[in-house]
Amino acid sequence: MSEIVIEIKDLKVQYPEMDTPALNGINLSVEKGEFVGILGAHGAGKTSLCLAINGIVPNMITADMYGSIVVAGEVPPKIPVRELAQKVGSVFDNPEFQMSQLSVFEEVALGLQNLGVDKDIILSNIGTALEMVGLKGFEERSPFEISGGQQQRLAMASALSMKPEILVLDEPTSNLDPIGKEEVFTVTRKINQEEGLTVIIAEHEVEVIAEYADKVVLLEHGEITKIGTPQEVFPELVNKQSETGVRVPQVTEFANSVPNKFQGVYPVTLSEAKESYIK
Amino acid sequence: MNETKIQCDNLGHRYPNGVEAVKGVNVSISQGEVLSVVGQNGSGKTTLVKHFNGLLKPTDGKVMVGDLDASENPVGLLARQVGYVFQNPNHQMFASSIREELSFGLKNLGIDPEMIEVKVNNIADEFHLTEYLELNPYRLGFSLRKTVGMASIIAMEPNVLILDEPTTGQDFLGVKTIRDNINKLKSEGKTVIVVSHDMPLVAEETDRVLVMCDKELIFDGTPAKLFSNNAVLRKTNLKPPQISAFATDVGIAKADEAILSIEDALKAIK
Repeated sequence: MSEIVIEIKDLKVQYPEMDTPALNGINLSVEKGEFVGILGAHGAGKTSLCLAINGIVPNMITADMYGSIVVAGEVPPKIPVRELAQKVGSVFDNPEFQMSQLSVFEEVALGLQNLGVDKDIILSNIGTALEMVGLKGFEERSPFEISGGQQQRLAMASALSMKPEILVLDEPTSNLDPIGKEEVFTVTRKINQEEGLTVIIAEHEVEVIAEYADKVVLLEHGEITKIGTPQEVFPELVNKQSETGVRVPQVTEFANSVPNKFQGVYPVTLSEAKESYIK
Repeated sequence: MNETKIQCDNLGHRYPNGVEAVKGVNVSISQGEVLSVVGQNGSGKTTLVKHFNGLLKPTDGKVMVGDLDASENPVGLLARQVGYVFQNPNHQMFASSIREELSFGLKNLGIDPEMIEVKVNNIADEFHLTEYLELNPYRLGFSLRKTVGMASIIAMEPNVLILDEPTTGQDFLGVKTIRDNINKLKSEGKTVIVVSHDMPLVAEETDRVLVMCDKELIFDGTPAKLFSNNAVLRKTNLKPPQISAFATDVGIAKADEAILSIEDALKAIK
């Protein structure tokens, strides 16, 4: 059996200023190396789930937490976020907010320096991380003068420099143009497939999730209401897009209207649709 | 309603730091058109549309907004005809309540307080904001703040609305609300100019697309022509909606007329 890297049981998260819990009875286990897409409307709990996994909730954002959560062998509420970052890297939706340094090199070095890591290791980790995200050669550039896609890849390099086992990305492409989106998705897939990192990604770009994810999780009002492969989940959501707040890939919706043209198969990606379509 | 035609003749813009962002653009937009402006970041599309209401002044060529030469008239005057809804609602929000936010532009137009109240209540009703009127804008989520940003500009009833990346970061319902608003504005005869990376929105809701690439306007035509024009798509790295790509690849679209929506695709195979 594969190794479980995230095990969440009956997790409830209640922010003090809110009337209803942000997460209510979440049960989720993720295997090492899985690519997990988190889907849901605004306010469904996607961000809260990401923040519970990387420990920002409740360590930096106060909330009452019930149930159990184990991530890479650690219990996030019990260890400092900075230490957990060595096992769980995080990337958020607004790359510019994550930048603070004068150069790309310094930006990546910051987290490692704060941990008091040996200089030789810092240098080697930075090199490897920049290589992974395709920013080798950008070391001396200002983080504020590169494109949005490059900034977001830099945020990924900062997270990767700590050699985490898991990468959590919360709507990483919401503020990027199409080229930037593609850059970020390509790198995310590469570190998943080639480096074996477990990826947890909250994302509205369902066409990409359908293609890359091993497992998708649908959140509604703080609860997981569907979980399975993209092929299992998306066809079930075709007639529930308003209700769930989640769009389905256009080819899935199309096939749902003319199932006899698709040999009864519900495609979720462009290539699946082309293969099963009867001309 | 009086009309506002926007006309750019050989429009060029060079920023004070010397960077040229737009050059040689000729375009004419009639009252009532619904069009989109697309291109990668840095292609010049935002610089271009900021000339339509005087947020930027041409450094070359000429822009006419209705009867007004954009170079010679202040943004305050042009904005009465052309409203600009920013991509990031935080850039246009500073009032302490939604009510105040929606009233602000109307006050600036010199409308009397009783009339403002009526207009604000109406617009709040239309955009489902009534229950939030007394709240601070920052109590609302991003999606609702975006709605407030759009409503506050629409409240001023400009002839032309510019929507900068209206669907960014929106979920299914947020996108649907914005699409409904675009169609409502269209039915009222407003000109709607959408700057967007959202290709399904461009394909399904707009009638004409301007493509910016490396400072220049390289395409001006229908979405169906754009999404079947491989040369332009390749050059700009734009991807057609998934259903357009599917229809083209399996041969249910005409060679120079892309399928734009699921409904179109269903019609084509009947």
